[in-house]
Amino acid sequence: MRKNKLFLTLFVSLLMLSSAAWPDDAEDNYKNYCWQCHGMTGDGMGLNVQDMSVQPRDHTSAKAMGGRSDADLFKVIKEGGLAIDKSVLMPPWRDSLSDDEIHDLVKYLRKLCQCS
Amino acid sequence: MKYLVLLIALSVSGVALADGGMDILQKRCVSCHDLSGPAAQSVQELWQRKGPDLFYAGSKYNAEWLEKWLVKPRRIRPAGHHSIQHIKPGDKRDMIDATTLRPHMALSPSDAEEVTEALMKLKATAEMMGTTVFKGGSISTSFGEMVFDKFNGCMACHEIEPGFGGLSGPEVYTAAKRYQADYLVSFITNPQAWNPKTPMPNKHVSAPNIQKIVQYLQALARENRDEKK
Ligand code: HEC
Ligand code: HEC
Repeated sequence: MRKNKLFLTLFVSLLMLSSAAWPDDAEDNYKNYCWQCHGMTGDGMGLNVQDMSVQPRDHTSAKAMGGRSDADLFKVIKEGGLAIDKSVLMPPWRDSLSDDEIHDLVKYLRKLCQCS
Repeated sequence: MKYLVLLIALSVSGVALADGGMDILQKRCVSCHDLSGPAAQSVQELWQRKGPDLFYAGSKYNAEWLEKWLVKPRRIRPAGHHSIQHIKPGDKRDMIDATTLRPHMALSPSDAEEVTEALMKLKATAEMMGTTVFKGGSISTSFGEMVFDKFNGCMACHEIEPGFGGLSGPEVYTAAKRYQADYLVSFITNPQAWNPKTPMPNKHVSAPNIQKIVQYLQALARENRDEKK
């Protein structure tokens, strides 16, 4: 028991020492990174769209989102639009999000479009 | 007794000379600006910070700009800090909710001088700065705009002149007036080294193109697009 506590303390302090930031849940990440362009409701009508040459995807549309596999969605979030022959305007988010956080976002997107 | 008064007078003035700026910062600014670091470690923590972090101000700002801005602040981020807290749904897109944006407090010229001096002492770590620096050189705004907008998609979130470009990030037509060139190179190279939860992505721009982008930001600043507003 005591040993467990010691390990826990060690583990937590190691976590705090490491420079890696805490993982966040998909809703917070979506708000922080995606709202800027995809919008508060995910309909692709974000704050930034007025002067964009390619419009952001509507995440609430089953038609627009249904054609994409989970693997594709993971790839475009992690590596950006160019990685799936889409627009440079969709940034790669791999420096902001861990693989786990990206997997959670893919699940979150499936909820928004109510599609698979 | 005389000596005691002298001693107290000396130490008080000493404090005022050395720490006047830090004193003002601690009293009037720390409620919105972090002065000691580190950067926010979670998105929720980030959103609680009402203004941008200042704990590395000395490695970021041009002192001359800083002192002037503190006396006469004007908006830098069209949708405030953080944009997600100042928008509302609109007909065609999310709109800035101007009723939630407040003007920044202004300082007297003498307070601004002291605060600038104190802020310029707060330096970033070598880890944040990285190893790449600005190498100089210049570029035309038309070629620069191609690199910034077409090749790298930076205009999605940044205005390159008042009323043109994205709104979630700070205006970039004044960025080179505000920030040191080495900071700009470093931040664009690795924004997460400065602020792990920043909404600014690392777009993995090539090193030569980052130099061109900073040359472009300098060219924009020389055009004084902010003064034509
Ligand atoms: C009520 C909260 C609040 C207080 C108090 C406050 N600030 Fe700010 N500050 C902000 C916000 C919000 C911004 C972003 C403004 C913008 O982008 O237009 C900002 C921006 C700045 C900037 C420019 C940062 C950048 O990189 O763009 C500086 C410098 C600054 N503040 C210094 C100060 C100083 C010095 C004080 C104290 C004398 C102070 N602030 C007090 C909220 C505050
Ligand atoms: C998805 C939106 C987005 C894109 C795309 C984007 N930025 Fe930013 N940028 C931001 C935001 C938001 C900030 C404010 C960062 C903060 O306060 O943490 C920012 C900040 C900056 C700053 C100022 C740094 C500071 O501390 O205020 C510069 C310079 C900059 N970006 C340049 C670029 C360049 C160059 C590109 C293209 C390679 C780019 N941005 C692409 C959103 C974006």
